[in-house]
Amino acid sequence: MSAGNGTGRPLLAVNNIEVIYDHVILVLKGVSLRVPEGGIVALLGANGAGKSTTLKAISGLLRTERGDVTKGTVEWRGAPIHREGAADVVRHGIVQVMEGRHVFEHLTVDENLLTGAYTRPGGDALRRDLDLVYTYFPRLTQRRHVRAGYISGGEQQMLAIGRALMARPRLMLLDEPSMGLAPMLVAEIFDIVARLNREENVAVLLAEQNATIALKYAQYGYVMESGRVVLDGDARTISDNEDIKEFYLGLTGVGQRKSYRDVKHYRRRKRWLS
Amino acid sequence: MIDVLQHVVVGPFRDIGSNPAFFGEVVIGGILAGMLYSLVALGFVLIFKASGVFNFAQGVMVLFAALTLVGLLERGLPVAAAFVVTAAVMIALAFVIERVVLRPLVNQEHIILFMATIGLNFFLEGFGEMLWGANVKKLDVGIPDRSFMMAGMQVNQLELSAGVIAAVIVAILAVFFQKTRIGRALRAVADDHEAALSIGIPLKTIWVVVWSVAGLVAIVAGVMWGAKSGVQFSLSLIALKALPVLILGGFESVAGAILGGLIIGVGEKIGEVYWGPLVGGAIENWFAYVLALAFLLVRPQGLFGEKIIERV
Ligand SMILES: Nc1ncnc2c1ncn2[C@@H]1O[C@H](COP(=O)(O)OP(=O)(O)O)[C@@H](O)[C@H]1O
Ligand SMILES: [Mg+2]
Repeated sequence: MSAGNGTGRPLLAVNNIEVIYDHVILVLKGVSLRVPEGGIVALLGANGAGKSTTLKAISGLLRTERGDVTKGTVEWRGAPIHREGAADVVRHGIVQVMEGRHVFEHLTVDENLLTGAYTRPGGDALRRDLDLVYTYFPRLTQRRHVRAGYISGGEQQMLAIGRALMARPRLMLLDEPSMGLAPMLVAEIFDIVARLNREENVAVLLAEQNATIALKYAQYGYVMESGRVVLDGDARTISDNEDIKEFYLGLTGVGQRKSYRDVKHYRRRKRWLS
Repeated sequence: MIDVLQHVVVGPFRDIGSNPAFFGEVVIGGILAGMLYSLVALGFVLIFKASGVFNFAQGVMVLFAALTLVGLLERGLPVAAAFVVTAAVMIALAFVIERVVLRPLVNQEHIILFMATIGLNFFLEGFGEMLWGANVKKLDVGIPDRSFMMAGMQVNQLELSAGVIAAVIVAILAVFFQKTRIGRALRAVADDHEAALSIGIPLKTIWVVVWSVAGLVAIVAGVMWGAKSGVQFSLSLIALKALPVLILGGFESVAGAILGGLIIGVGEKIGEVYWGPLVGGAIENWFAYVLALAFLLVRPQGLFGEKIIERV
């Protein structure tokens, strides 16, 4: 699989990694991808394809789920990081925003954000960043002193992204930020992410089942299926290709998800014919 | 029949009413004893919240801390120096426990970690006795075990100092948890340890911190108890009193541990003094467990069991 995304040394390079859970369950079977400095890269695929596992292999969160990178490497600006612990990876400038948001429910919005800056020294810079997060996510401002468990799902997603931002990352790994949110809200959140990318120079690796929206914001995309990258290319190329959409992303021409069963049938038939 | 009721229901209250100053003394005594239970329970809660480990060895940590302190005092160290060294020992112990017990067992089932703390319990018991001997020791930290009159009540100076110190410790801990960076990180880990990890909070550091804090709290509890009734093996048994406190207060609530300890301390003293004679005494020994059992039946999450936040 080619990984021809940008030229020169990428910010992040995942080279042919294999991931095994619990010493026996082989989940990633040789995944490669690249994220260039300041880029937005989409990682697409159906539920169970291995998107979250790929992100966790990068962030080091895999180990808390008894997963291991058994082959291949993950390189950050050319240096291997796949043996490092999650806290060290954050210090390098990579922060993962986990699927399902995972805000600290019993901490206030303010406290959640401050916790995000754990790896940094306190002081004025931190105060400034706190204000900065609130300017990007004005909705959170009125909720500052509310416990995060009581804010809406969309606000929690914003909080999770804002909290990650407090660590001053160079690369954000976003895992299904659109999940369970109304389309309007999804658009609002993606717009903010795009602004963060432009204005704060934060590169983004975006895992999404919602390919339509992800490809609208990304420059480059990878499509995964059962633990492998089955194709990659410019976002435009992927989204213009009807076959790809139907075959791998389960999207019909109007951009709506087909039912799982339809896709399954279709896939089976194609395989059988070929 | 009427007679029995009269004895059980009316009599004790009449006694309370007829001598309020004495009642005050009983309550104060109860609060002071209860603070000890609170401190021990607090050690449990901290460790449970931050690492999900039910620390069976908490009681022995109290004994170990007290033994270390007495041992150092016996070897002629000044009181202040002995406290500093004991604190250093408890912090060192936290590092060792993280490295030797928690780190190798990370991601294991809770029951395995629980069993590891049972092992730790026996190790500390043996190690403490090996270092400092097994006989009962007197602990003298320089506060006289005398009583004085206050608002018409007899108050024991040692108990009062102990109570004030416990209250100060609790206040310091509260500020530490609410206001400091590490305190916030501790609460974050207690809420969602994977999310905490995802923003770079190192769990190892957090574990060392909570076990250190639990160790320091154990020193205070050990000293307070030891000064009252000597440092001996039975000290580790106050952990058994902490269990009903935890059931009452909820395993995850710092406020619950404190209040639960006070309720049990005061309740058992009042029960013992006013109702004890009716049943031949020893209410103090079982009151806590009966109360805990009643609680398990009506409110199993405890007084302040963490609210599970349900969003709509
Ligand atoms: N902790 C785990 N232990 C074992 N198998 C897992 C674990 N997490 C995920 N898997 C399996 O790995 C595969 C990929 O999962 P995941 O990376 O979550 O996919 P995606 O994020 O694309 O939905 C799935 O088949 C899933 O069942
Ligand atoms: Mg996923």
